[in-house]
Amino acid sequence: MKELLVILAPFAGAIAALAWPREGTRRRLLPVVGAAHAVLTGWLLVDPPAAVEGSWIGFDAVSRAVLPAVSLLFLVCSFYGLSYLRLRPERGNRIFVASLCGLLGLLSLSLQAQHLGLLWVSVEAATLSTVPLLHFNRTGRAVEAAWKYLLIGGTGIALSLLGSFCLGYASLVGTGGGDLTFAALGREGAALSRPWVLAAWVLLLVGYGTKMGLAPMHTWKPDAYGEAPGIVGALLAGGMTTAAFVAILRVRQVVDAAGEGLVANRTLLVLGLFSMVVAALFLLGTPDFKRMLAYSSVEHMGILSVGAALGVGGLVASLFHVWSNSITKGALFLSAGNMRRAAGSSRVPEATGMVWLTPVSARVFAVGVFAITACPPFGPFFSELQVVRAASAAGQTGAMFLFLGCLLLAFLGLTRLAFSVLDGRPRRSADASRDRFRETAGILVPPLVFLAASLWLGLATPEWLRGLWDEAARTLTYPG
Amino acid sequence: MSSNLNLLIGIAMGLNLVALASGRLPSLIRAAAMQGVVIGVLPLLMHSEFHWLVAAVSAGTVVVKGFVIPSLLQRALRAAHIDREMEPLIGFIPSLLLGAAASIGAIGFAGALPLRPEHAGVLLVPGAFATVVCGFLLLMGRTKAISQVCGYLLLENGIFLFGLLLIRSTPLIVEAGILLDLTVAVFVIGIIVDRIQREFDTLDTRKLTALRE
Repeated sequence: MKELLVILAPFAGAIAALAWPREGTRRRLLPVVGAAHAVLTGWLLVDPPAAVEGSWIGFDAVSRAVLPAVSLLFLVCSFYGLSYLRLRPERGNRIFVASLCGLLGLLSLSLQAQHLGLLWVSVEAATLSTVPLLHFNRTGRAVEAAWKYLLIGGTGIALSLLGSFCLGYASLVGTGGGDLTFAALGREGAALSRPWVLAAWVLLLVGYGTKMGLAPMHTWKPDAYGEAPGIVGALLAGGMTTAAFVAILRVRQVVDAAGEGLVANRTLLVLGLFSMVVAALFLLGTPDFKRMLAYSSVEHMGILSVGAALGVGGLVASLFHVWSNSITKGALFLSAGNMRRAAGSSRVPEATGMVWLTPVSARVFAVGVFAITACPPFGPFFSELQVVRAASAAGQTGAMFLFLGCLLLAFLGLTRLAFSVLDGRPRRSADASRDRFRETAGILVPPLVFLAASLWLGLATPEWLRGLWDEAARTLTYPG
Repeated sequence: MSSNLNLLIGIAMGLNLVALASGRLPSLIRAAAMQGVVIGVLPLLMHSEFHWLVAAVSAGTVVVKGFVIPSLLQRALRAAHIDREMEPLIGFIPSLLLGAAASIGAIGFAGALPLRPEHAGVLLVPGAFATVVCGFLLLMGRTKAISQVCGYLLLENGIFLFGLLLIRSTPLIVEAGILLDLTVAVFVIGIIVDRIQREFDTLDTRKLTALRE
């Protein structure tokens, strides 16, 4: 029952937000929901519920390893949202707050879904609940971004339903059972019809890969992240993509059990490396620092996918990277949101000299850029190092060098743009901007907390977290 | 039984080509709506005995795909004063040829996949793949938002056709496909809201100039 509370509490928050009569105080629901979710997640970690055979929802090893990261991300973002919405009194926030809470509930559901159909329903509903978030600014560009997100994401999600049907039919042709929980599908193993399993794998990888933002299905990402408020970008890049990645991991496990693990790993490796190459090349050219974060997210999804292809060691590294990427991206998106509001633009000729306009946010952003490009001692350095180690242990030397080359290119691209944004002369005089936009504690502390958490993950990765990742990675691979 | 089924699937595949050949938005919407009704009847023909969940899927599909969404699209067409002619990226003849090639290819491809004995000799799998591909062609080959939505509808119809293979063993997951219709509804609402907002914008600027001396 406890595992249901973590899903239902955010939904209750969403309903409360819809019913809340006062525009000015509704935003206070966000930290309340975030804190409740974090407390419930902590309770689940300390006192894990017993697994129920055949249950559609369960707090298994994989959700234990990932859900706390999403909970932490939302908690810190919710405090940022509190201050952010105070800065935006001109926009009604009923739908915005309700969608954010609903998104948290749906992400918690999808991370705990043990059934192919339920997983699909939760990811689809989460996609729909993010559309109003992207549309929050109501500019022509925001409409365009929301449209593209819905069209591309909707097509991806449709293909993943087709893939789910194919996997269901693989089971029907094989043993004739209609049980679509992952445990049952895994037990059927080699009895599943191979051609249908392969068809399902292709469709599900393309479908959930679109949601995750793997190249070449990533085209919605720059538009969506470029136009969405920073808090939405942080939750999409750290939460939505994580849910899609976990979906791919769970399907990979079934495909592995059916005896096609080699094909699955190879496609994940190729798609991951391709995403990294595409992202690195686009990072060298983009003039917009919020779109830059989107391409960086494509790159990191590639890293996750490469890690997932490299056996148990790689899976541990990927789960570690889910944490370090989500948390570091949180710092980057929130500080970039502050800079965007101060400069009135996120493109280079208009937005320069941010060190003078928004001194603290600009510094957080600079440190965050170094952290995400794998500079020690932040989390991403250690998780990416672990991926590299797994690649060399698996004998994938070529892939390892391509991986390192892409990291180097991404480093060049990210730092080039970051410093042309931070340095230089502000377009708007610093005084005029200070009247318009003030860096208050409410919008500075959350990104700083993320940065500190990224440092903590890197320097002192807690043993209990490592234990969770190990256990999850072992359950995600087929022992045979 | 299976000949009636195949006849209806054949009609649905024919409607794919009608949709690809339509030059005007209202006829495209009509083709998608008719396809929705045709595939909505299929679950009833699949099995001789009556099952209330299957009947619910059938009724829901006919109502939503055949009437609710097409009427929403018609409303969007009126509300937005969209020009009814389409501007195709992929011309009508090439898209027809591609659609026909996809239908033939789907039949060949489906032959390579193993089927359960009760599904052998039924065109469900090729029909599903052909409809999905034609939906993709419309999605990519047309520029107007409403025609893209119609492409998405076709894609969704194809997935529904495939889902019929599972309707006996797991009717709930097939029913979950109704969420895709919700996506379509969000698309259409998006078109209407966007247009209305733009009209308010122009209204506002007119007011602003009116206040000036």
